[in-house]
Amino acid sequence: MIYLDYQATTPLAPEALDAMLPWLAGPDAPGYANPHSPHRAGRAAAAAVEVARAHVAALLPPGGRVIFTSGATEALNIALAGSGARALAVSAIEHAAVLDTARALDPDLCVLPVSADGRVAPDVAIPYGTGLVAVMQVNNEIGTIQPITQLAARARAMGALFVCDAVQGAGKLVAPDGADMVAISAHKLHGPKGIGALWVRDGVALKPLIHGGGQEGGLRSGTLSPALCAGFGAAAALCKSRWTSDGEHVERLWTKARALFPDWMLNGSADERWHGNLSLRRPGLDVGRLLSECRNIAFSAGSACASGSGRPSHVLRALGLSDRDSKSTIRIGFGRYTREEELEQAAAVLNAAAQAQGV
Amino acid sequence: MPPSLYLDHAATTPLLPAARDALVDGLARWANPSSPHAAGRAARAALEDARARMKAALGWRGEVVFTSGASEGLALAIGRSKAPLAAVSVVEHEAVLRLAGDAARLPVDGHGLVDPAACALPGLVAVQQVNNETGVIQPLAEIAAAVRGAGGVLLVDAAQGAGKLPLPEADLIVLSAHKFGGPIGTGALLVRDWALLHPAGGQERGYRPGTENLPGALAMVAALEAGAGWMERAAALRQRLESALVAAGGEIVAASAPRLATIGSVRMPGRSATAQLIRFDGMGIAVSAGSACSSGSLRASHVLTAMGVPHAGEVIRVSLGRETTEVDVDRFVAAWTEVARA
Repeated sequence: MIYLDYQATTPLAPEALDAMLPWLAGPDAPGYANPHSPHRAGRAAAAAVEVARAHVAALLPPGGRVIFTSGATEALNIALAGSGARALAVSAIEHAAVLDTARALDPDLCVLPVSADGRVAPDVAIPYGTGLVAVMQVNNEIGTIQPITQLAARARAMGALFVCDAVQGAGKLVAPDGADMVAISAHKLHGPKGIGALWVRDGVALKPLIHGGGQEGGLRSGTLSPALCAGFGAAAALCKSRWTSDGEHVERLWTKARALFPDWMLNGSADERWHGNLSLRRPGLDVGRLLSECRNIAFSAGSACASGSGRPSHVLRALGLSDRDSKSTIRIGFGRYTREEELEQAAAVLNAAAQAQGV
Repeated sequence: MPPSLYLDHAATTPLLPAARDALVDGLARWANPSSPHAAGRAARAALEDARARMKAALGWRGEVVFTSGASEGLALAIGRSKAPLAAVSVVEHEAVLRLAGDAARLPVDGHGLVDPAACALPGLVAVQQVNNETGVIQPLAEIAAAVRGAGGVLLVDAAQGAGKLPLPEADLIVLSAHKFGGPIGTGALLVRDWALLHPAGGQERGYRPGTENLPGALAMVAALEAGAGWMERAAALRQRLESALVAAGGEIVAASAPRLATIGSVRMPGRSATAQLIRFDGMGIAVSAGSACSSGSLRASHVLTAMGVPHAGEVIRVSLGRETTEVDVDRFVAAWTEVARA
């Protein structure tokens, strides 16, 4: 199987697995204590959690704190619902974790449009009285990078909070600048599933959604998993140490991949884009058939979450694509562990299957 | 440093070897279960298999929502319940109490037990299965009958009892994997009928958005399947422990109430729990005052206060695990006696 679905999830880094194993060693070894217990075993677990927190914080802006959550969905829910903001403005291409949550909080929310190349304009109209603006750093379906610095500055100037879903950019791009809250997920940067983080700028007051033991400064109750934290921390540290080589690798893959798919059209900006995301369309293509005919290649139609639904992508629709065009789109995602030969093999299979459809 | 002795299994307990193997196996299957490609579908199949095995291991015929743990499970149940929260017992975990708002508080008697008759309320009623500080088991069969008789819905926090006791009679049940040998960061909300909850959208049939933690689910199930065959041994160990502590001047909280075999709460007359914990920690022994979550704060326990236990500030919790031996118990008794006499 050739895995080309890096936006859905990424392979667990061997280094992250190694960092987790000591905390999963079972009864014969230390390392299973509750990090919130004040005894020695608990303090050792708490120390591991704090080391991991420092590694994760290194991917995020200075001047805030890192709250561990069960994932980015929970982090975004805390950010949006916990802020107490009533009037929300979110981009049209946000992930469902933001869009659905924002709609539940403010049925009359303002949806910020994007251009045909999948970017929010830095001077987009934001209604007077907006209390919270949410725009993602990198879109999960088409990879476009949003002008966060400018948008965050405008939100701040109007007294609104700015939330950035940085799930797809974290560990790859410089942390979004100027946001008040940033959500990230470990399994999108070669860490384990079941853990994410919300970065909160110092001074931003939030109300918790999950109550209980009062962990994470009272903002997110629930026993923290030293294993998940350690895996997240190691994955974050690895992103830092491999920053340049990972980036160069993805650029090489991008250049290669662009040449390998000459008969396809690119969705979204080619330049203002994370180059590990290749969203392509081919008019008339039956993507369902392509998926079933290319079973040895793991790629996606739209996002993983929406894949099963058969609904047209809200992101592609926001670009102005017809439902027909958006349903002829595939997403190819690659990264650290993808080899150039894998791209070549996959392109040969996908191109042949598409040609066989006569499109 | 003396060798460590861990008697804080109610805070968390070691991952069982079978659960560890399942977790490591799951970490190798890292595809997103919502992806439509072969790798994603394989992950989805493994997740649904875990769900089916979970139902079988628990003897549960309703639905299973995988969560990040009991705190989230409780927030989900209370936040999404169609029936408004009517009452919670006063001895619930903070995860319930802090969401309880204006809901009625159900008192407990001196044994820590809720009166089933008081639970006959329409609306959502939350009563835990086992108290995390005292081990007291609530009469949930009677409570369920009273709640349902009144047209209500019963939510049970089974974090301490699950995997050790049979599943209680209830409409919504919350589990935490790491209390029964599964991994931290995984739990479940059992739902008798989807109609009891408002959907939240996203994964888990629209009741819990977020990429599923497949390794966690696989490991939780493996831990459940390991069974509760050690409860009799735990009961004998606790009998040994408590008899010796009583003989040395200790007082057992709720000694005559029905209690989970792994938890004992004991008062050391004249010694604050804080002082005891510091001494035990220096001796390499991990026990706790109240719950792990609150023991950092060393506030007076709301559970013991509600039961009317005098000198609640002198009570510590000792909790046993699968690996606890008679040697461990005897070492603790000797240490306890030394601290008490000092």
